[in-house]
Amino acid sequence: MRIVVTVKYVPDINTDRGFEDRRVRRTPDEGTLNELDENAVEAALQLVKAAGEGEVIALTVAPPDGDPALRKAFQLGVDRGIRVSDDALAGADYFGTAAALAAAVRKLEEDGPVDLVVTGMAALDGLGSVIPTLLAAELGRPALTLAKKVTVADGVLAVVREHDDVTEELSAPLPAVLSVTDTANTPRLPNFKLIMAARSKKAEEWTGSDIGLAAPAARTETLSAGPRPERPEVQLVTDKGEGGKALAAYLIENDLV
Amino acid sequence: MTNRTVLVLLDPATEVRSSVLELFTVARGLGTVEAVALEAPTVEVLAQLGAYGVETVRQAEFSAAGGGVVKGDERHLPALVAAALTAAVRRADADVVLLPSSFAAKEAAALTAHALGAGLIIDAAGVAEGADGRVVGSKRVFAGSWDTACAVTTPVAVLTMRANAVVPVPADAPVNTETEPLAVDVPESAVTLTSREVKPRVGDRPPLEEAAIVVAGGRGTDGDFAPVVELADALGAAVGASRDAVFEGWWDTYVGQTGVTVAPRVYIGAGISGAPHHRGGMQASQHIVAVNSDPEAPIFEICDFAVIGELADVLPQAAEEIRRHKG
Repeated sequence: MRIVVTVKYVPDINTDRGFEDRRVRRTPDEGTLNELDENAVEAALQLVKAAGEGEVIALTVAPPDGDPALRKAFQLGVDRGIRVSDDALAGADYFGTAAALAAAVRKLEEDGPVDLVVTGMAALDGLGSVIPTLLAAELGRPALTLAKKVTVADGVLAVVREHDDVTEELSAPLPAVLSVTDTANTPRLPNFKLIMAARSKKAEEWTGSDIGLAAPAARTETLSAGPRPERPEVQLVTDKGEGGKALAAYLIENDLV
Repeated sequence: MTNRTVLVLLDPATEVRSSVLELFTVARGLGTVEAVALEAPTVEVLAQLGAYGVETVRQAEFSAAGGGVVKGDERHLPALVAAALTAAVRRADADVVLLPSSFAAKEAAALTAHALGAGLIIDAAGVAEGADGRVVGSKRVFAGSWDTACAVTTPVAVLTMRANAVVPVPADAPVNTETEPLAVDVPESAVTLTSREVKPRVGDRPPLEEAAIVVAGGRGTDGDFAPVVELADALGAAVGASRDAVFEGWWDTYVGQTGVTVAPRVYIGAGISGAPHHRGGMQASQHIVAVNSDPEAPIFEICDFAVIGELADVLPQAAEEIRRHKG
């Protein structure tokens, strides 16, 4: 089974995140593999193991400088890592990103079919959750998204999908696109052996022209991005028997009840 | 320019959720409002649409001409919702499509924009017309710490909007909503829906994603959600939890950036430390209140008001005061 996992390099949510020139500020020191992609890598590794043979290929669209995402993916045990970098993709919107990922998957198919593309449920910087759906649309393949349980049998992918207040059971024949939630599995931790093995793995660099990509023009334009004013100092009350009354008084005085 | 046509997704059509009333309210500021439904709206729903100024509701009638057949609940799948919205945009010559920001609606929005070559904005907190007449969506990002504004550069704009972005307001004058059938060719699909279950609502408690007040419990509850529920019910609030509390099996729905993202008027965190994952799901709330026995809880850094104390003492006392105030 040959699986592509899409991964993204995002600012660590524990750092002071922000924008620069109306784009998300990305500094390699404060960047990390999107935590939710670890669930996607884990799902892919487990599926290949269950199939008995195959390969897991991590794929990212990112600028060439600094690469915490592929490095971490290697440490988790993926076989290959591919980074698509192109000036034309800087500031790409959802559609540009999905088109680039799809073009890279098609390029990989020149050496053999890709049975499945696995993604996380969202990237923790943008939280749009639409790339899996758009990538599937670009590839003309079925999308089974937000899976909390995944099985593959006889070339059919089946999932239990949980979203909003709905639980669904869905299935589709491979090849397909799958996104998994953060409850689908518990991602493995890189161990010493994997970390050492990861050192010898090198990311493959592809450009837009390598994958025959004509990056579509962005359909949105960011006009402004600014930090919000800091909240005023917290009003802190220590409960000495009247804490609940103080809480109620705060809500009532601010007309919130 | 107010001659735009704005389509609002109405799914389900058997009730109008408050998030959809908000979309109608926003849509009226942009142009003529129409709704797109996947089933017949009830009489009560039609009356509500009229009160909110919805001129037309386009009701999808799926046809097999496209090669596919719709069975049962499959009409709620993103591909079919998107097929209906795409057909409606073409039929109504619409300029803007508004959807709520549920996971399912985001996918339908993406597929609609993909089919129409339209610009897409996800999780908008506001939609307005820019100086040059383009549709501009504003967003609150990075756990509510930054504001961005994005203009859509294509003729059609598709946006999903966060709940509680505006207060729903009926139109000045109600209209008589017309129902029009909308022919939708069903695309051939390889996806099979085996089962679909919608979680039932509990009593009169509002749904978490739409509630104006949210009370959430965390690890500090030690599994006892009774005081959390008591305060929530006194306030008419929704009840949520931290991801930890849900993993422990103490509650079923969590607030967080991969769970339900909330931006209510008031958020009250009880026994919640305020880990980054949780903050990402609530930090855009208007008033943030916390109760925690740990004076070092990180959530205090992002609060407007906080009580250091035991939940079992503070929450029931607050609930009693609120009930007395409400009479």
